[in-house]
Amino acid sequence: MSSQAWINLAYLAASMLFIVAFKLMTGPRTAVKGNYLGAAGMAIALGAACFEQPVVDRFLDMGPGGLVTVGVAAVIGAVIGTLMALKYPMTGMPQMVALLNGFGGAASTLVAGAELWNMTATAGLTDPDRAAAVAHAAGELAPWTKFAIATALTGLIGAVTFWGSLVAFAKLEELPRFKKAWTDPNRHLINLGLAIATLLLIAGVCMYPKSIILYWLLVVTGSLLGCTLTMPIGGADMPVVICLLNSYSGLAAAAAGFVIDNPVLVIAGSLVGASGLILTAIMCQAMNRSLVGVLFGGLGTTVAVNADDVYAGKVKSASAEEIAMVLEGADRVVIVPGYGLAVAQAQHAVRELANALEKRGTTVEYAIHPVAGRMPGHMNVLLAEADIPYEKLREMDDINPTFPETDVAIVIGANDVVNPSARTDPTSPIAGMPILDVDKAKTVVVVKRSLSPGFAGIPNPLFAADNTLMYFADGKKAILDLTTALQKN
Amino acid sequence: MTTPLLVALFAAAATAPEDAATTFIRLLTVFLLAMWVGFEVITKVPQRLHTPLTSGSNAISGITAVGAIVVAGAMATRFGTALGFLALILAMINVAGGFVVTHRMLEMFQPKKK
Repeated sequence: MSSQAWINLAYLAASMLFIVAFKLMTGPRTAVKGNYLGAAGMAIALGAACFEQPVVDRFLDMGPGGLVTVGVAAVIGAVIGTLMALKYPMTGMPQMVALLNGFGGAASTLVAGAELWNMTATAGLTDPDRAAAVAHAAGELAPWTKFAIATALTGLIGAVTFWGSLVAFAKLEELPRFKKAWTDPNRHLINLGLAIATLLLIAGVCMYPKSIILYWLLVVTGSLLGCTLTMPIGGADMPVVICLLNSYSGLAAAAAGFVIDNPVLVIAGSLVGASGLILTAIMCQAMNRSLVGVLFGGLGTTVAVNADDVYAGKVKSASAEEIAMVLEGADRVVIVPGYGLAVAQAQHAVRELANALEKRGTTVEYAIHPVAGRMPGHMNVLLAEADIPYEKLREMDDINPTFPETDVAIVIGANDVVNPSARTDPTSPIAGMPILDVDKAKTVVVVKRSLSPGFAGIPNPLFAADNTLMYFADGKKAILDLTTALQKN
Repeated sequence: MTTPLLVALFAAAATAPEDAATTFIRLLTVFLLAMWVGFEVITKVPQRLHTPLTSGSNAISGITAVGAIVVAGAMATRFGTALGFLALILAMINVAGGFVVTHRMLEMFQPKKK
């Protein structure tokens, strides 16, 4: 076998390991092994890349300079990445993942840019611009053009991923400048303009691949698009954005695989692309929103229901002591953590409360809505960090039938995902959205700062229900006070 | 379900000498089949593992480092090499950071040893 055949074999082994890694991700025990196999696949692929013909030729002709360059860059990157991964707090996972995504996207853009530069600089035999024009006139695609299409797409998707991820990072870090969603009324026009410019530039890169300026202009418009498409998206929609950017980073890698004709990039990239797309669909479904609705901001419809009609005179507010008394008599308590808990970082406080309850012989479980937190599955990670055994974290479909036998449901920082209107009112904007049926519990305690509406902007009849007690306070402080009150009795 | 799919995927990925158009079609086939495999496998991941899945797949998207190694290692042009060098740093941050952070998260899901 030629050396190229061995390299391809190594790439195939790596691809296989990636697929197995994804497959093992289905269970928390096997997932650890899956992650190791994924890393092993990556190591094999990276090792094989060092034996690619151009690298070996360089080594034989001019000495180890090329491999030293590779080694230095790889070590710098690996050290920075490892330090980041070890230092970042678990509450910051969404930001961290967003940032890493962005780096992957940027890397793909740079690889395609470098490849384009090298190809045009070394392709002395035929003028690619002329070859492309001739083929174009003949009504067919020159090999160059196919290369150029892949290059243009890589540059575009990579740039959108990088800048979109940076904006998502800034939003999740709650940097002041990015706290408010960008709602300039002209933003659709701006996006349209950028989209048209992007399409023209893609065509330009394909027709004149040697005019490298066109590629970098395309990267610029892609960068602007990445920003303008992410800036209008609100905090609660972040899980969708993270999934989507994840998908993009995979697609950018796959496109880069077309540029350098490498199947391992295509396979790994499309696996990631598929994974991101599936998660995006799951998140959208769980929020009862269309992808278009998330991407272009706002729910579109304004709501006719008046909050005063729903709440007037019916909302009962309770103190920590009163709620502690209710909890004392409970056999089964279900805690429903929401976005607010993630923001207040109250996961450890919740664990304390659960400990206090369990000491009294009460069963405590957690009901996790698919979009709770700031990225898919984020709430599970936060609660696991607070040493809550994952067997107690129950998924929505699993725990919903048990609410009628639940004595107390404690809702912390969740709103729309427990709004019974989704079930009862077919005219509600969230009608049909899958929710946690906490209203069926004997008593519902809602910990919330105020009666302000959730992301859907509609009042929640749960707050005015006969079996609901409102506890108006900051999530973390409220839970700590509850625990103290419970321990006093 | 996935087994014949995998066979098809790897058959498509295996190369024989060919012209540019064939390469393009072959890679397109690989792309579509791999997307399909991805859909098949990932729909089975439970919700509670979605964050590690996201960060793990994120690490795998750093595979673009392979491209960066070829570009940086070949040193064909000075500018191209500089881009490849930068690309490799970024891709390796993605790879190392992704795998390490996924491992950190998955460790938390393990039963605590007393």
